[in-house]
Amino acid sequence: MNIDYGPLLLTFQLAFTTTFFLLILGIPLASFLAGITHKSKSILEAFISLPLVLPPSVLGFYLLLAFSPTGWLGSFLERVFDIRLVFSFEGLVVASILYSLPFMVQPIQAGLEALPASLKEASYTLGKSKLQTMFQVLLPNIKPALFSGIVLSFAHTIGEFGLVLMIGGNIPEETKVASIAIYDEVETLNYEAAHVYSSILLLLSFTILLLVYIINKRLLNYTKE
Amino acid sequence: MIRIQVRKTLSMSEGEKALQIETSLETGSFTAIYGRSGAGKTTFLRLLAGLIQPEQGYIEVDGQVWLDTQKKINLPPQKRSIGFVFQDFALFPNMTVLENLQYASGNKPDQEFIKQLLTMVSMEKLAHRKPTTLSGGQKQRIALARALVRRPSILLLDEPLSALDQEMRHKLREEIHLLHRQFQTTTLLVSHDLAEIYRLANKVLIIEEGSISKSGKPDEVFSEKRLSSKIQLTGEVVRIVPGEVVYIIEILTGNSIIKTIATKEEAEQLAIGSQVMVFSKAFNPIIKKL
Repeated sequence: MNIDYGPLLLTFQLAFTTTFFLLILGIPLASFLAGITHKSKSILEAFISLPLVLPPSVLGFYLLLAFSPTGWLGSFLERVFDIRLVFSFEGLVVASILYSLPFMVQPIQAGLEALPASLKEASYTLGKSKLQTMFQVLLPNIKPALFSGIVLSFAHTIGEFGLVLMIGGNIPEETKVASIAIYDEVETLNYEAAHVYSSILLLLSFTILLLVYIINKRLLNYTKE
Repeated sequence: MIRIQVRKTLSMSEGEKALQIETSLETGSFTAIYGRSGAGKTTFLRLLAGLIQPEQGYIEVDGQVWLDTQKKINLPPQKRSIGFVFQDFALFPNMTVLENLQYASGNKPDQEFIKQLLTMVSMEKLAHRKPTTLSGGQKQRIALARALVRRPSILLLDEPLSALDQEMRHKLREEIHLLHRQFQTTTLLVSHDLAEIYRLANKVLIIEEGSISKSGKPDEVFSEKRLSSKIQLTGEVVRIVPGEVVYIIEILTGNSIIKTIATKEEAEQLAIGSQVMVFSKAFNPIIKKL
């Protein structure tokens, strides 16, 4: 049996890259949302949560239009930065970030909102900047939330299909991730390869979720101590 | 010398209310702020700390201007030299007792001073414990020590002892007294507890309806309505036991039941649940040390 492990590797590469950027993007966004009480908060929250309810094909369709070299954003990116986001790995990363955004932002935001305001204020009165307070006081006290955000974003990116298909297509070594490869193998009646990909993904997803629950339980006990 | 003049509109459940406070405090003094809940006491402390902004105001501490709305000067909390002790202590759960103090101390922690503070609040043995493993009184001690690490110009205490039991309150009251004597930090204490105010403060501000209604030495301020040569208790009648000569009335006041006597005529005017006042002249009661 000759199985190409490229799609699996690509899937993990995509999930790691996406999660990494989401963490960098998600923390400031979540802390901004946790800090405001403005009416615009609900609009922003609804916007970020859209991928939870929207069919991935809808997001994919709009992104395809936006990133297409004939669209204004796509042509701008290509002219100025020489980047093409349709049918490329970079495009998948950008799309995945948007698609998994609520999975990173929501847990972190909820974690920050659950902390008493006095922690932040105490740190300010001790002369610490907002950034110091964030990294030395707030984030260390929401470890379970951070962990959930990271793992859920990672797992959700692995599970992508519709969005990848719309915007990435099926280019080996570039956009052919495991979920696409499974579809591809089934279409060509190559069930054996589909089985291998599927069982690996199944086992992996279960392990990840199991780890989340075990580690979260530990982290919660640790903070209660 | 600390000069304060602030105005801030508070939105309360009963509508908008203006908090308008103007006062000055001697450097090294200990001032208590007394008033009903919702009078704006905590808001006043938060305005001083820069955690909330007044519509208009001026704050000057030992010659340094912290706030001047006319000149658009407004130092953030980080730049104001304050120690703030919160009602919920606000210790950082991810750090040990020692780390909490070191965090406050900045880049080059003054280890000697931290050690001295921990010893003064008798917490040196628990320096490596996490705050969640400590009792309320211990947490409060650490919160106090942490607020003093930076040697602030003003120490702000927001009902620091309200979450503790009577015995612990008494102990900590003495510790606050000692710390104040030692460091002479200008201190503002929000408190409901008259005993606390009498013991600690040399000045008291009473805030009513958003402004200072009275200020002065504690015994002067409270003497008019609080001090009298009578002992007065209010309570509720819980039992009336008729006797041959007199009636025995049992009255619940606070957590204790007082048994007293009444004539038949007096007792007939009372029923279970009647609100009554029990009083006695000052030469009558016997005082026993607890």
